[in-house]
Amino acid sequence: MQLTLEFGGGLELLCDSVKVHNVHVDLQNGAEKLTMKDLLSWVHTNLIKERPEMFMKGDSVRPGVLVLVNDCDWELSGQLDTTLEEKDVVVFISTLHGG
Amino acid sequence: MEKEDSKSKKAGGRLCCICNQRRAALKRPKTLEQICRECFYEVFEEEIHQVIVENQLFKPGERIAIGASGGKDSTVLAYVLSELNRRHNYSLDLFLLSIDEGITGYRDDSLETVKRNEIQYGLPLKIVSYKDLYGWTMDEIVRVIGLKNNCTFCGVFRRQALDRGASLLKVDKIATGHNADDIAETVLLNILRGDIARLSRCTSITTGEDGPIPRCKPFKYTYEKEIVMYAYFKRLDYFSTECIYSPNAYRGFAREFIKDLERIRPRAILDIIKSGENFRISTSTKMPEQGNCERCGYISSQKSCKACVLLEGLNRGLPKLGIGRSRGHNNDGRKDGKQINGTSIESKQCGTLDF
Repeated sequence: MQLTLEFGGGLELLCDSVKVHNVHVDLQNGAEKLTMKDLLSWVHTNLIKERPEMFMKGDSVRPGVLVLVNDCDWELSGQLDTTLEEKDVVVFISTLHGG
Repeated sequence: MEKEDSKSKKAGGRLCCICNQRRAALKRPKTLEQICRECFYEVFEEEIHQVIVENQLFKPGERIAIGASGGKDSTVLAYVLSELNRRHNYSLDLFLLSIDEGITGYRDDSLETVKRNEIQYGLPLKIVSYKDLYGWTMDEIVRVIGLKNNCTFCGVFRRQALDRGASLLKVDKIATGHNADDIAETVLLNILRGDIARLSRCTSITTGEDGPIPRCKPFKYTYEKEIVMYAYFKRLDYFSTECIYSPNAYRGFAREFIKDLERIRPRAILDIIKSGENFRISTSTKMPEQGNCERCGYISSQKSCKACVLLEGLNRGLPKLGIGRSRGHNNDGRKDGKQINGTSIESKQCGTLDF
């Protein structure tokens, strides 16, 4: 599945300072859909190069990291249960850096 | 079209609960309402306007310096204040005021953001540097003192630098971008430190009214999440890199705790602020008396202000001067007010958020 992932608010520093990643994520064996939960673990394994604790806490994002799926707050779409589709755009923004 | 379809599917076709027409784009932490972008801009700006009016933060004709770091909060503050100033005829003269601490690879980059903001928002910018004011950059200070206590120097110097810059600009007031999350965090930190003097004033929306230049916090009730969402949706240009010298450990714990609470119950942030506001300090608690520094005239509860003591240490090659627990402990009720105040600074990790 083709997805566009965007990291902002300082999170880009955890993945080689690259803000926008066009990625291809394969479904797990036998899975019919890709959820945000799957995507987070994929990002953790494949994109985050340092300090993963700045991005994740448990199996979700660290509190203070905002997530938007197609420019919509993921709190409206079920957070970890949000189902992703081809060409979706997922944005991660940290609010934890200085003001 | 494809994007539009998937969007509607994911949001469950939820409509904005204010206009009932457009699709909701975010969930407000303050009210849990699901609202669209357009309604969000409106309620976000209007709430800040109400806070400004109800608390009489500004008077017509005043000159106001916006403490601008290039970060998300001050960038959104500069944008929203100039917008509200136009829309509601505040008749304010707005300025951007930035501090150059002299931190290569951090502040020089963020100052570039502020310089762009100067052009984007049409607000005159004044930059004052530690080098000019004190003869030292933070890079030079760190070379002498290392990575311990450097945030003490930076915090003490910044507070004065903002005041000095403000008096150069001849402004009546400084507006800072401290948001609700910052204030809740500071309430907790002051409780954890037993810093009664700061606890009692950290929730005030305006401080220093008895001093030369008062400061106010128009974002006192504004959630960090909404500030960042606003900046994202409006594509505002801000800088977000952590200071290269800041370990910020103690504040970091408080921050994480607040964010954990927010996830479970977003109201917690406003409730902590409310608790802070309603603390009644017992009359038997001795509070530090405010005077003036004998050397530079800056407000101080000691003979010499903290900046002068730190600077003397640097210049005499004794950088530990003014650092350390030499003046008694906060938790010792028998110490007098001056001593209580004496320890409150050196335990701080980073002064960016000091009030």
